[in-house]
Amino acid sequence: MARTRTRTRPRSARHPLASAGLHLTLAAATVIAVFPPLWLLITSFKPRNDAFTTSLVTHFTLGNYTHVLAGTSFLRWFGNSLLVVGLTTVLGVFIAATTGYAVSRFRFPGMRPLMWLLLLTQMFPVAVLIVPLYNLLAALGLLNQPAGLVLTYLTIAVPFCAWMMKGFFDTIPVEIDEAGRVDGLNPFGTFWRLVLPLARPGLAVTGFYTFVTAWAEVAYASAFMTGEENLTLAGGLQTFVNQYTNDWGSMTAAAVLIAVPAALVFAFAQRHLVAGLTAGTTKG
Amino acid sequence: MTRTARIRRACGTHWYAWAMTAPVVLVIGVIIGIPLVRGVYLSLTDANEANVERSIGMNHLPATYRFTGLANYRAVLTDDVFWGRLGWTVVWTVGCVSLTFLTGLALATLLNRSLRGRTFYRLALILPWAVPAFISVFTWRMLYNEKNGILNKLLAGGGIDAVPWLNDPVWAKLSVIAVNVWLGVPFMLVALLGGLQSIPGELYEAAEMDGAGAWQRFRHITVPGLRAVSGTVLLLSTIWTFNMFPVIFLLTRGGPGDATEILVTYAYRLSFVDSPRNFSASATWGVVILVLLALAAAGYRRALRRQGEVW
Repeated sequence: MARTRTRTRPRSARHPLASAGLHLTLAAATVIAVFPPLWLLITSFKPRNDAFTTSLVTHFTLGNYTHVLAGTSFLRWFGNSLLVVGLTTVLGVFIAATTGYAVSRFRFPGMRPLMWLLLLTQMFPVAVLIVPLYNLLAALGLLNQPAGLVLTYLTIAVPFCAWMMKGFFDTIPVEIDEAGRVDGLNPFGTFWRLVLPLARPGLAVTGFYTFVTAWAEVAYASAFMTGEENLTLAGGLQTFVNQYTNDWGSMTAAAVLIAVPAALVFAFAQRHLVAGLTAGTTKG
Repeated sequence: MTRTARIRRACGTHWYAWAMTAPVVLVIGVIIGIPLVRGVYLSLTDANEANVERSIGMNHLPATYRFTGLANYRAVLTDDVFWGRLGWTVVWTVGCVSLTFLTGLALATLLNRSLRGRTFYRLALILPWAVPAFISVFTWRMLYNEKNGILNKLLAGGGIDAVPWLNDPVWAKLSVIAVNVWLGVPFMLVALLGGLQSIPGELYEAAEMDGAGAWQRFRHITVPGLRAVSGTVLLLSTIWTFNMFPVIFLLTRGGPGDATEILVTYAYRLSFVDSPRNFSASATWGVVILVLLALAAAGYRRALRRQGEVW
């Protein structure tokens, strides 16, 4: 967002002391925000016996990483996670977009209940749904299947995303839809060819949100995926904890590796984050 | 117009909209609807680990639990444990949401000016969002570690005694709130920053011309301008915090004792940790949580509507 217009007063209006205070406050907040992840990163490069020293890295080592990558099933879990989360993101963004578009453009019977349904799903105590959901997935033969996890993740991420997309479509002029209709496109065609390309920032934010939510999910993942080769990262890391109770070194290395894809998606989406999220929450 | 003709006409006009929303309705209906109905049913029975359908070795035992009507609800509502947990859950939710919101608002106001390093600050402040929550919580556990954590080592350097961050009931409460605020600020910051950027700058200029001070400008331009964003964001974050399972569970498991146990973690404990696993009580707690949140959301929406916001 470096290039957004800032509608603020010129800098000359600010007293130097106020300026110093501003930077000091922001710098303090930055330290608090950045320190924990940074400390994790630093610790991961320390030999395992030094994990709790307060000094910076004195004996730099990649040992923790090589152990995690070569000595455990980490890569397999990583692949499983990528598959599940990737599918969730693609499907989730798509159905959130169609839903958001329908709610934004059409007045149809069932629209209000639908908006309420989306909000209500945010209220379900996940921990309580697990038992009945486990039974349901077992009955459908979806336990230990990536598809089962993808379906449950959709219910977590899509409602909020549909809200955001509705807000985003509300900011796109209706004239564009009308132009499409005049040119003989049906509503699906208008949506797919004209409106969706314009909503790219919204899609980026929705994708980021879905990815991060699914990537960080623990409860469902550890309840529905069992067996060494089916585990996703969240579940895998837990076997890890039991296996190496005091091995903070390997834990930190694994944690850093898990954080990397989320950070990459973040870097890709962050330009659109402010605009996309706001459209969703103001017009929602 | 006959009934069938009316239905046919409605289908003709609205089928695009219905087709576009069908996938979401279908997925939510099956994956949340069925378990929910089943959960409500369980809450009306005395199901627990010992009487549900299960297999022991080669033997398949059929379910033997009975329908008990509202007995579970009566038990929950007359239980001191419930009211105690509810009290802390409310404190936790109000504390987290208000701190997160105020911090987010303050930082967004600071960032919504021309200043050197704006992009850097913004990126750095949103960073906690990019790290998966369970990784962050794990990191915080490491920082909070009473004997070896860096927080206590830094304090020791300053000659201050070690703080039992997660092992003392009061400190544990403060610690979990601090972590949740740390996790939640980026979302608030981003949403409110967007809200601030959508307020036309001319309003501020005009107000300044008329001699309005900084506080007056904030009070009469910024606050009303942010109403729409904050309305949605506060509602969502209240719901999310009320049910914030991972932070509490991964950080303290509800402990020490049950000091940090909120309603959701307690419901989870009933059906996954305690022995015998009490499915019906857990389901009852779940339904009660849902009802509480739905009532709060409905009341909130009514209040917003009175102020002229409609959604």
